[in-house]
Amino acid sequence: MNDKAEHTPELNYLNAGHTVKSWLLTVDHKRIGILYLIAMTCFFLIGACAAALFRIELATAAPDLLANDTYNRLFTMHGIIMVFFFLIPAVPGVLGNFLVPLMIGAKDVAFPRLNLASWYIYMLGGMFTLAAVILGGIDTGWTFYTPYSSVYADSNVILAGSGVFITGFSSILTGLNFIVTIHKMRAPGMRWMRLPLFIWAQYATSIINVLGTPVIAITLLLVVFERGFGFGIFDPQKGGDPVLYQHLFWFYSHPAVYIMILPGFGVVSEVIACFSRKRIYGYEFVAFSSLAIAAIGFFVWGHHMFTSSQSVYAALIFSVLSFLVGIPTAIKIFNWTATLYKGSIELSAPMIYTLGFIGLFMVGGLTGLFLATMAVNVHLHDTYFVVAHFHYVMVGGMMFAWLAGLHFWWPKLFGKMYNSFWAKVGAVIIFFGFNFTFFPQFIAGYMGMPRRYHVYDTVYQPFQMLSTAGAFFMGSGLIICFVTLVASLFSKKHCGRNPWKATGLEWMKAASPPDPHNFTSPVVVDVEAYDYTDERVYEDA
Amino acid sequence: MKALQTTPDAASSYANQLDVLYWFLIGVSVFFTVAICALIIFFAVRYRRQSDADRPEATRDGKLLEIVGSVIPFILVMIMFFWGAKLFFDARMPPSDSIEVLVTGKQWMWKIQHPNGKREINDLHVPKGVPVKLTMTSEDVIHSFYLPSFRKKMDVVPGKYTQMWFLPEKTGEFRIFCAEYCGTEHSLMIGKLIVMEPHEYEEWLNRRWVDGGGAEMAAASTDDPVAAGKQIWEVNCAAACHTGRPGSIAPNIVHKFGTMRDLEDGSQILMDENYVRNSMQNPNDDLAKGYPAAMSSFKGVLKPAQMNQVIAYLKSQSEVAAE
Amino acid sequence: MSHVSTEITDKPYQQHHFDSMEQQTQSTLLGIWLFMAQEILFFGGMFATYTIYRLLYPQAWALGAGTQNVWLGMTNTIVLIGSSVSIVFAVHAARHNQRGQVMKWFAVTLLLGTVFFGIKSIEYGGKWNHHMVPGLRWDDGHALHTIQEHAPEGMNVTELPKGIQLYYSLYFVMTGMHALHMVVGFGLAIWIMIKNARGCFNSEYYPHVEYFGLYWHFVDIVWIFLFPLLYLV
Repeated sequence: MNDKAEHTPELNYLNAGHTVKSWLLTVDHKRIGILYLIAMTCFFLIGACAAALFRIELATAAPDLLANDTYNRLFTMHGIIMVFFFLIPAVPGVLGNFLVPLMIGAKDVAFPRLNLASWYIYMLGGMFTLAAVILGGIDTGWTFYTPYSSVYADSNVILAGSGVFITGFSSILTGLNFIVTIHKMRAPGMRWMRLPLFIWAQYATSIINVLGTPVIAITLLLVVFERGFGFGIFDPQKGGDPVLYQHLFWFYSHPAVYIMILPGFGVVSEVIACFSRKRIYGYEFVAFSSLAIAAIGFFVWGHHMFTSSQSVYAALIFSVLSFLVGIPTAIKIFNWTATLYKGSIELSAPMIYTLGFIGLFMVGGLTGLFLATMAVNVHLHDTYFVVAHFHYVMVGGMMFAWLAGLHFWWPKLFGKMYNSFWAKVGAVIIFFGFNFTFFPQFIAGYMGMPRRYHVYDTVYQPFQMLSTAGAFFMGSGLIICFVTLVASLFSKKHCGRNPWKATGLEWMKAASPPDPHNFTSPVVVDVEAYDYTDERVYEDA
Repeated sequence: MKALQTTPDAASSYANQLDVLYWFLIGVSVFFTVAICALIIFFAVRYRRQSDADRPEATRDGKLLEIVGSVIPFILVMIMFFWGAKLFFDARMPPSDSIEVLVTGKQWMWKIQHPNGKREINDLHVPKGVPVKLTMTSEDVIHSFYLPSFRKKMDVVPGKYTQMWFLPEKTGEFRIFCAEYCGTEHSLMIGKLIVMEPHEYEEWLNRRWVDGGGAEMAAASTDDPVAAGKQIWEVNCAAACHTGRPGSIAPNIVHKFGTMRDLEDGSQILMDENYVRNSMQNPNDDLAKGYPAAMSSFKGVLKPAQMNQVIAYLKSQSEVAAE
Repeated sequence: MSHVSTEITDKPYQQHHFDSMEQQTQSTLLGIWLFMAQEILFFGGMFATYTIYRLLYPQAWALGAGTQNVWLGMTNTIVLIGSSVSIVFAVHAARHNQRGQVMKWFAVTLLLGTVFFGIKSIEYGGKWNHHMVPGLRWDDGHALHTIQEHAPEGMNVTELPKGIQLYYSLYFVMTGMHALHMVVGFGLAIWIMIKNARGCFNSEYYPHVEYFGLYWHFVDIVWIFLFPLLYLV
């Protein structure tokens, strides 16, 4: 790498073509990543607006802003859009697409056209879901439980179910693409044990995507058939069992939690290593714990159903396996903390998000133990405790990791550095706002407040009010974060090839933004991952 | 103003046992959260890039952390598992001397039937000190019967019977919630558990109720038509449907007798004896404006004399309002 | 892209982002197998549902299978196995650079597929006429009458617990999804025939033909499971 990229490279993937067509028909994995980034931000905003509306409604116990049907449609829309169109595809779709080939030294993913097709499938699914929302909404909750969804609901179940069904194939094909890419496209010398942990996380995620997603696809298709044609797969009137639906649904949707969080683990490992200037402590354990989580994660779905009339012995097995998932997760947290020990720590914006992630995700994980404990689960199931728990995992975990990753690789994506002061302000506000929003919900849930309640008993009002205030505080942090990032795009100053002085091929070998073909010279790997003693990391400051 | 309540009532010793386990979990969680957060903050300050802390050669990975970090969590989670499973199995085994009550969930009400055939809606009267076993099913979608003060809940599933039991050990009123999302008025599918002294319960249970022609409606215990109508109204109509609560599925019409009512088709109708009687028998003939066709017919359920009692009650209320 | 394409003129079939032909072939093969894995899970969801309900309603299942025409099902099984054999010949022909033979064997495969659809539509049509399609066209009296005709001696189907509609629902969903995969296969086959006619393949390079073969075998295997499960029990 001879050209010191102190200014924006003359040819990069962003300016390789300026027409709309050059974007919409691109097969460049980096451009597809940007397409996902734009689409996903829109979906995120829609989901966030829905949340803002019902959070205002919930500030008081009485129904004052929204009618009950509107409220039900809003929380359903929030759930479906956030889970299927933001949480699941965010890190793989944007960062995964952009980084997997760069990190392993490949020119592109294995199947570039399939990759573009995945984006179109994602968009098609999104359009179906938005159509369902515009044409009157859907009120089943994101879980589509039968027979409410298949027979009783008076809303657009077919459209929304088809939307999720279609989007599933986007996940499957992206997962397939990543597995093949990671297996077959690594640069010479990039052995498995030299892979960045982000890649290990993407690999584990992709396996769940390929093996889990088809099951929810067929399950939702059965619900659509049942509703559309009156087939009776889960309808008790015809002898069907609505609890079977729950089994099939959670067989995917519990592993889906790991689809959301594992890529986040990958991001966190990269950021911690970079801003501690150290190799991740216990690299092998962190790498294999991702695979362990993916594997065990397939056999714990029944802990969503302890009160559903499944057999108590099945519940026993699901409970013990759920506890076992906690162990590889604990290992990761211990190793990240140990990495900080005797590091050289810089509290940049991505690092603040990442340390926030560890704290919040740990609360999410530990409260998961409450829910794995059968007797406690019976009390807490379907209460606000569960709502708080999964928001700690999904928002405190996944969204923080996503923002950490976005801030970390932003200079690589666009060649521009954002204002670090405001980025940190945004991060701190989001952290505190998040805790104000969701911590009170643990208490409301332990007090017995069921989720999805439109009006509620006034004993819960103080917690809900605090939660609403916190949500708007957090929202203001998100706006600061968004404005800071977008403003950086208009800056004239170029950030340099490796502004963080990070290891990894994407920082050391590729320009910012990268060349359309990623690398301008052949890539050969001769060092372990995260080797911060290697002087080449600190070249061309 | 009431003091801020942050722990739920405990109405049984099982609830207290569960709370002990809950606080054990809280203890473990707080310990790990505080320990890890303290370490992170300490490292972030001590080893900040500008500090001159001693940083010897990069530490190599040790196996010790991985082993300790797996074994200690493993022991802790196994304690949680066995403790939780023990309580769970206790909570699932109803004692043989339980009172058996049938519960039917329906969008959006709880229908209760006592062993002697007595029925009520959204209220459940039980005696103190006697275990109660609920056998539950649903007429439509999945519901979930939740007694937060007893730390127990069980889904109510159409097409099958599920069971739960509890031992009330305190008199008083406790909340019943539907915990499984079931549609428009999910949050109004709530009820009251009333725990009484055993002798009061006996009296309550055997209070004279005229059987409504073998049908499922509770009839009145008095001969005064207005009082009888009031009882029928409150048990069968006001409790779940004509509640007057915001967002309910039917209007509160207690004080409306003799007034003009807006109908769904845009016309108006006088609320008189004929209208009330016809609405009880053919509820979908004249739908009230802004409400769904959700009422089921009382034809054959209430005797004509009982319908007259309801009419007498509604009529008396409009006079009360006029005065 | 220009500077890339000049490097690889000696390897006309290699896409620019691969380093070698071997890498490309192995990648594609792995991709196809992963695709098969997700297909298995997709059908797996239905097979799991089938298994659970069959255990719950063994009688309904036996009666439902009793109304099926085993001979039509058997014929269809043989037809599909035949089409699998013909696609093997197509792959063999492609390997030996016999473009005309590839065409011929693809045509045979499509012909056999069409026969399969013909027989299938006779079966579907029969069920439609007898009001045995749950939801869309179900008439208890009519359907139960037909089932009674096929029931063993001395069995009164009106006493049957619920579950018979589940059998037919699953029958239509499973065979329908299988048929949908065949329709997709038809589209792929025609596309490959066009490519073949244009001379896109030779003995060095015929991955489309080979992977289509794999796909078609998969569709065939699904039927081999469906036939005994739905017709013979």
